[in-house]
Amino acid sequence: MSDLATSDHYGRTADDGGVSETGTQRQSYLRAGHTLRSWLFTTDHKRIAILYLISITTFFFIGGAAAALMRADLLTPQGDLLSDEGYNRAFTLHGVIMVWFFLIPSIPNTFGNFLIPLMIGARDLAFPRLNLLSWYIYMLGGLFTVYVLITGGVDTGWTFYTPLSSMFSNGNVVIAATAVFVVGFSSILTGLNFIVTVHKLRCPGMTWGRLPLFVWSHYATSIILVLATPVLSITLVLIAAERLFGLGIFDPKLGGDPLLYQHLFWFYSHPAVYIMVLPALGVVSELIAAAAHKPIFGYWFVAGSSIAIAIIGFLVWGHHMFVSGQSMYASAIFSLLSLVVAVPSGIKVYNWTATLYKGHISLDPPFLFAMGFVGLFVVGGLTGLILAMLAIDVHVHDTYFVVAHFHYIMVGGTVSAFFGALHFWWPKMIGRTYSLVWGRISAALIFLGFNLTFFPQFILGYLGMPRRYHSYDPSFQVLHVFSSSGAVILGAAYLLPFAYLFYSMRCGAPAEANPWDARGLEWTVPSPPPRENFETIPVVTRPPYDYPVEREGGDD
Amino acid sequence: MSGFVAIWPGQASAYSGQVDTLILAFTILIIALSAPVFILMLVFAIKYRRGKPADRKHPVNQRVGLEISWALIPFVLILVFFVWSTDLFFELHTNPVDALEIDVIAKQWMWKFQHPGGQREIDEVHVPAGEPVKLTMASQDVIHSLFIPALRIKQDLVPGRYTSLWFTADKPGSYALACAEFCGAEHSSMGGRFIVMTPTDYSAWLEQSTVDSSLAEQGAALFRSRGCSGCHGPSATVHAPSLEGLYGSPVPLEDGQVVTADEQYLRDSILLPQSQIAAGYPHIMPTFKSVLSEEEVLKLLAYIKSRAGKGGPQ
Ligand code: HEM
Ligand SMILES: [Cu+2]
Repeated sequence: MSDLATSDHYGRTADDGGVSETGTQRQSYLRAGHTLRSWLFTTDHKRIAILYLISITTFFFIGGAAAALMRADLLTPQGDLLSDEGYNRAFTLHGVIMVWFFLIPSIPNTFGNFLIPLMIGARDLAFPRLNLLSWYIYMLGGLFTVYVLITGGVDTGWTFYTPLSSMFSNGNVVIAATAVFVVGFSSILTGLNFIVTVHKLRCPGMTWGRLPLFVWSHYATSIILVLATPVLSITLVLIAAERLFGLGIFDPKLGGDPLLYQHLFWFYSHPAVYIMVLPALGVVSELIAAAAHKPIFGYWFVAGSSIAIAIIGFLVWGHHMFVSGQSMYASAIFSLLSLVVAVPSGIKVYNWTATLYKGHISLDPPFLFAMGFVGLFVVGGLTGLILAMLAIDVHVHDTYFVVAHFHYIMVGGTVSAFFGALHFWWPKMIGRTYSLVWGRISAALIFLGFNLTFFPQFILGYLGMPRRYHSYDPSFQVLHVFSSSGAVILGAAYLLPFAYLFYSMRCGAPAEANPWDARGLEWTVPSPPPRENFETIPVVTRPPYDYPVEREGGDD
Repeated sequence: MSGFVAIWPGQASAYSGQVDTLILAFTILIIALSAPVFILMLVFAIKYRRGKPADRKHPVNQRVGLEISWALIPFVLILVFFVWSTDLFFELHTNPVDALEIDVIAKQWMWKFQHPGGQREIDEVHVPAGEPVKLTMASQDVIHSLFIPALRIKQDLVPGRYTSLWFTADKPGSYALACAEFCGAEHSSMGGRFIVMTPTDYSAWLEQSTVDSSLAEQGAALFRSRGCSGCHGPSATVHAPSLEGLYGSPVPLEDGQVVTADEQYLRDSILLPQSQIAAGYPHIMPTFKSVLSEEEVLKLLAYIKSRAGKGGPQ
């Protein structure tokens, strides 16, 4: 479809958008300055998004390399590749890097940064300098992590449970905690920036009811970022203080309590899993609406469910502690609340399904990634319900069942959505199209490799294989071999998109402004967008996802 | 359990059968709830492929009644399972009276078990079939977690507090036991055997294990050698509470609270004596935290418990 048709949907006349101003073709953000300096000191949200994209994917592959090491080690029961210390350090770094340097910042800091201003009709985020600062803070945290990595690592697990971390570990706990502490500020600043931006910079006509669902989910995520991250920061300071000065807050010999640590830690870290997954849900809503070429079924339910998840997400941390010795009444309440939080997630999934009904579905890569996402997210979510059942959790807690469950949510979910977003908005970000065939192949390979890697782990866990084990009973070996072979496919499938996307940067055909014929303000500006996004701030007059509707009676 | 790949763990108790039934039933429910999503998504993706002619006339894109029903019906179904599972969990946490009490002490990286008769084992525990067993568990360093897959149970051992676990194993055999909470370098080798024996075999096993004295007797010896009896003994001149009949009785504290003298209270009184002072006594008890190991404390507790019904504390 033509750009004109799109502009039309937003009630814009032909000459108030950049598209038709052929004579003075405005410079794209990619070309506004070529020097390294112009990138490192940019305050353009789009450039900062690219900086994040580069640094975050780098960490993704460092974390992935640690995973590859672990899976290779687990091929044999006695773990011939790594020492037990080596294995412990590998999974700790894998966890720390994946959680804090990939999952949490991944979608918000790259796609949120790039798209929120474009989607709400703004020229930038509310605080462009703060945005740049938060990238530097992220990089500083990253440097600490790299320092930990090259000086031997940590061996506490990404959860830093006391008293192991505070008194017994001989790894670099203080520096690792510092890394996470520092990167936390980057999260807080980004969250603040998003909240203020969504409140203050929506263009005329962009009411709350017209916000894209992607923006709603980032709004909900930002609330968690701002409210929960400080708790984590305090907890990490306490760990460092305990380790350096023997404060005794968590040390039972001094009257402290190790369970207090777990409460503090999970009070942040459970909401944190929603930080990881809410933006993914937002991405998928966009991908599904565009692929079905239909408005999202039940817009308000989907938008509201993001907010509900963010709020209830604060009330379920105790489900990580069912076997820790907390009171059984507390456990019962946490179990119930954990089941409640499944309701809004269920709403989204059912609504996506209903959105496809009678749509015009395109089987392009973004939609395949979205389908893969739904499949894996549903399995991850439902096994989460299994874990919330007290009597079952007692058996499978801290086993491979849990490893499988959280990989389904975090890797099957968040990473699939990340790739889906990359394939959907790549033409917009870079201004080039990539090979759709390769895109479809990698979506399929990721899905297959993923299931082969992680499905056997549900069985392993129920059989009684604990997690964080460097060596195991030989009877578990067959399932581990399945898992490791799947990981080879998965690893290759994750590398593949970087090959053809990179190739498209040089050799891809120039992308149109709206290659998917999607709705949303970001598709009304040229690809790649000009430095200032919109020459004149647009005015929105129509609801979101304003696709032509074939109703009964046919009013459109 | 045999064959190329095991896909289901062995059961050593009636409870493990109940957990298996619960998970199987729940799995059926979640398959029923998610199958429509998988099937419909695929069907729609094929049927309504872009460019393919199909009937695409539909009423509206919002139906509140439908939305509410697909949020609530699954939730109510799931609540049924919540009740079932919570009930099972409470059963697991309600200690039977008259259980055989075995102490468990975890440390980096081994499991130690103490039987009431004084038998001690490392990385291996023998229990009689058909009899309720209560494990009283302590950790000497970091958090560990005792995991017995054949019983479908696990429980963390947290330094500074006692946790417990109970079960009635009913199928003799030898099963795995493992540490499930990451506890440092050799975490993955912190395992052992859980051995269920017929009651006759178990008594025979108790007989042939070499022990000189029961746990309570060993505790009594410690009570003297560590100097506890100097203050708490019958002939002591110091003003300290007598420990006769103390276990399980209420203790008024200096700050007005009244606590029950359970295992945790007794342990804290020995290792952190200044945290809870019994009313009417001077603050003179020294701490034993760097003197006594968790095993020794448990022996002392066995001794104090053995004096439970023997004359009031006053
Ligand atoms: C090829 C892909 C991957 C493989 C083969 C893999 C494998 C593993 C393995 C073997 C463990 C250790 C499990 C244990 O012993 O407890 C683990 C833990 C973990 N993985 Fe992955 N992983 C992969 C991708 C990812 C990704 C993409 C993320 C996040 C984006 C992630 C996040 C985590 C986390 C948070 C842990 C917990 C670390 C801990 O136990 O402290 N993994 N993974
Ligand atoms: Cu352990």
